[in-house]
Amino acid sequence: MARPDAAGHFGPYGGRYVPETLVPALDELTAAWEEARRDPVFQAELQELLTRYAGRPTPLGEARRMSAEVGGCRVLLKREDLCHTGAHKVNNTLGQVLLARRMGKKRIIAETGAGQHGVATATAAALFGLPCDVYMGALDVERQALNVFRMQLLGARVVPVEAGSRTLKDAMNEAIRDWVTNVGDTHYIIGSVAGPHPYPALVRDLQRVIGDEARRQVQEHAGRLPDAVVACVGGGSNAMGIFTAFVGDPAVKLVGVEAAGHGLSTGRHGAALAKGRPGVLHGSKSYLLQDADGQIAEAHSISAGLDYPGVGPELSFLKDQGRLTLMQATDDEALDALQYLARTEGIIPALESAHAVAAARKVARKLGSGGLVIVNVSGRGDKDVEQVRRALAERAAVPGPRKAAGRPPRPPARRASATRTARRSK
Amino acid sequence: MSAARRSSAAPAAAPDRIARAFATARERGEAALVTYVMGGDPDLVTSLEMALACVRGGADLLEIGVPFSDPIADGPTIQRAAERSLAAGTTVAQCLALAAAVRERSQTPIALMGYVNPMLAYGEERFLDDCAKAGVDALIVPDLPPEEAGRFGDLARARGVALVFLLAPTSTPARRAAACAAARGFLYYVSVAGVTGARKALPADLAPRLAAIRAESPVPVVIGFGISTPAQAKALAPLADGLVVGSAIVNRIAEPGSRKARAERVERYVRSLKRATRRR
Repeated sequence: MARPDAAGHFGPYGGRYVPETLVPALDELTAAWEEARRDPVFQAELQELLTRYAGRPTPLGEARRMSAEVGGCRVLLKREDLCHTGAHKVNNTLGQVLLARRMGKKRIIAETGAGQHGVATATAAALFGLPCDVYMGALDVERQALNVFRMQLLGARVVPVEAGSRTLKDAMNEAIRDWVTNVGDTHYIIGSVAGPHPYPALVRDLQRVIGDEARRQVQEHAGRLPDAVVACVGGGSNAMGIFTAFVGDPAVKLVGVEAAGHGLSTGRHGAALAKGRPGVLHGSKSYLLQDADGQIAEAHSISAGLDYPGVGPELSFLKDQGRLTLMQATDDEALDALQYLARTEGIIPALESAHAVAAARKVARKLGSGGLVIVNVSGRGDKDVEQVRRALAERAAVPGPRKAAGRPPRPPARRASATRTARRSK
Repeated sequence: MSAARRSSAAPAAAPDRIARAFATARERGEAALVTYVMGGDPDLVTSLEMALACVRGGADLLEIGVPFSDPIADGPTIQRAAERSLAAGTTVAQCLALAAAVRERSQTPIALMGYVNPMLAYGEERFLDDCAKAGVDALIVPDLPPEEAGRFGDLARARGVALVFLLAPTSTPARRAAACAAARGFLYYVSVAGVTGARKALPADLAPRLAAIRAESPVPVVIGFGISTPAQAKALAPLADGLVVGSAIVNRIAEPGSRKARAERVERYVRSLKRATRRR
């Protein structure tokens, strides 16, 4: 796996497009991480936290009923939903809080979309006794009320951001402004492989544990590498986390699944790689959803974690190199996949991860018997159940557009759900 | 002020216009006054009137903002100005036309201030060509530090447009040296670690920091972020070659009133600032 160049470029992407005030802090962070990641004492402490606190390694479990349903392709689920706090996000926040402490920073800030990164940051900050402010778009504060409360229970202050689209990108703007103002004593924990150098490499380094484990586990479990690894892509931290271990294996297809929202042709989606153009947002150059005049477009996804107009620069580079296979899942497909995994495997995935599940079913069907696929179940769906309940109720009430979107998957479970029965009876 | 309103018989090369503005202010025993107006806020005609009101009030350099949806270096005042401008449909091309319209009426140097993405979307070379054609003398791009500015800076220089670098209280001596070596037009010292916006107090160690930078810099050094009153301008005038006032002007444009009333308000305010830049 390649390191970016000294200035943080992955090919033409990445870099540092930030106000001058932050450049010295980014230099300091880069140097601190270069030192820490080679320091056995730091690594041992991180390993200890990941094992005793976060619950690593997470299992790579066989999805037997799903495998049968998709036609015999073996499907393995990487269970990041079993991490402490319910998502892979904690791998990154534990590492960065350790790093912040090493740099002598007294305060933590973060931005969050779905709230998973906010909860993971609040958790790590609580563990080390550091005050923590989490910026969150006002819209996300509404739709992720449970996670807001969790952050508050953990002692963090949640700051609603009313500007712009009131979602993740605006929360990130506000966090950057806070950091510009308080850069002396504050560490900003970016939650994805986005932002200025060194964050894309730093967050990837902290998340690659997912792929390193999965690679070892799949060798033990199946005796070979998978045909495909499937992960959802918002900013891209769970995707880079699992892909990194397989980037050097050309036979392993890396499938990044973006949010198609209401559909790629509607303009209401979060598919920056598929439909964006290279540009600069939040400190780095990467594919972006933007209008002809370079104004950032509002992304849309049923999943707050995928509702981001940008993507990590390394993913942009992998796309241009042809190493990344892009797929998309609509809001409806994600809702269906969430129910599907719940009923076939007894796992309620996060809406983000449900996008990966939706695409993985297609990949697995195509591979057929003898195929082997790993799906990164990046988080659990507890945070989303209220929103899913509402979305399903709306869908049951308005059956028209659903039919146009294609047939819902038929779960192998004998018992049809109330909503499906209701829809069929219309 | 008469110099500022001199007719444009022979347009000066860009750095000349900037150098001359600072030289003129210095000869008069003044710090140069740099005033900021967001292009297209709340509409293009009004922003043209406001820029001309700044010239009448005695501004030595004009900054015209190019709106961006995600202005990470700006505080709420300028962010809202950008939102108003974008809501009115302002484009990069219109901001260039606005600069050209100001240039037709005044030889006051013009710096466009904006974020890099709209400039990239417009096309780097096309944007810089059109800046030169419009009579834009300088570009201030807060999210384009020297590390990322190489090619853009070279292309700009080839067209006689100065790419202005920013320095901050956090800048290390090495970064200060690099910025001074690459400096064109002028250097922009950000007075505080923070975003744009009016502030009551400025840091105590401003004077020695500015003195160090001015000793090293081959070009004039202006100070910005946080200046809003004539009293502040008076206190800072001896410390820098120029002072930038942005949010305080934007606030006066945003207050209700007819276009004429706003223009008079802005002109009066700029004149009060300009008087305060006298060093004697």
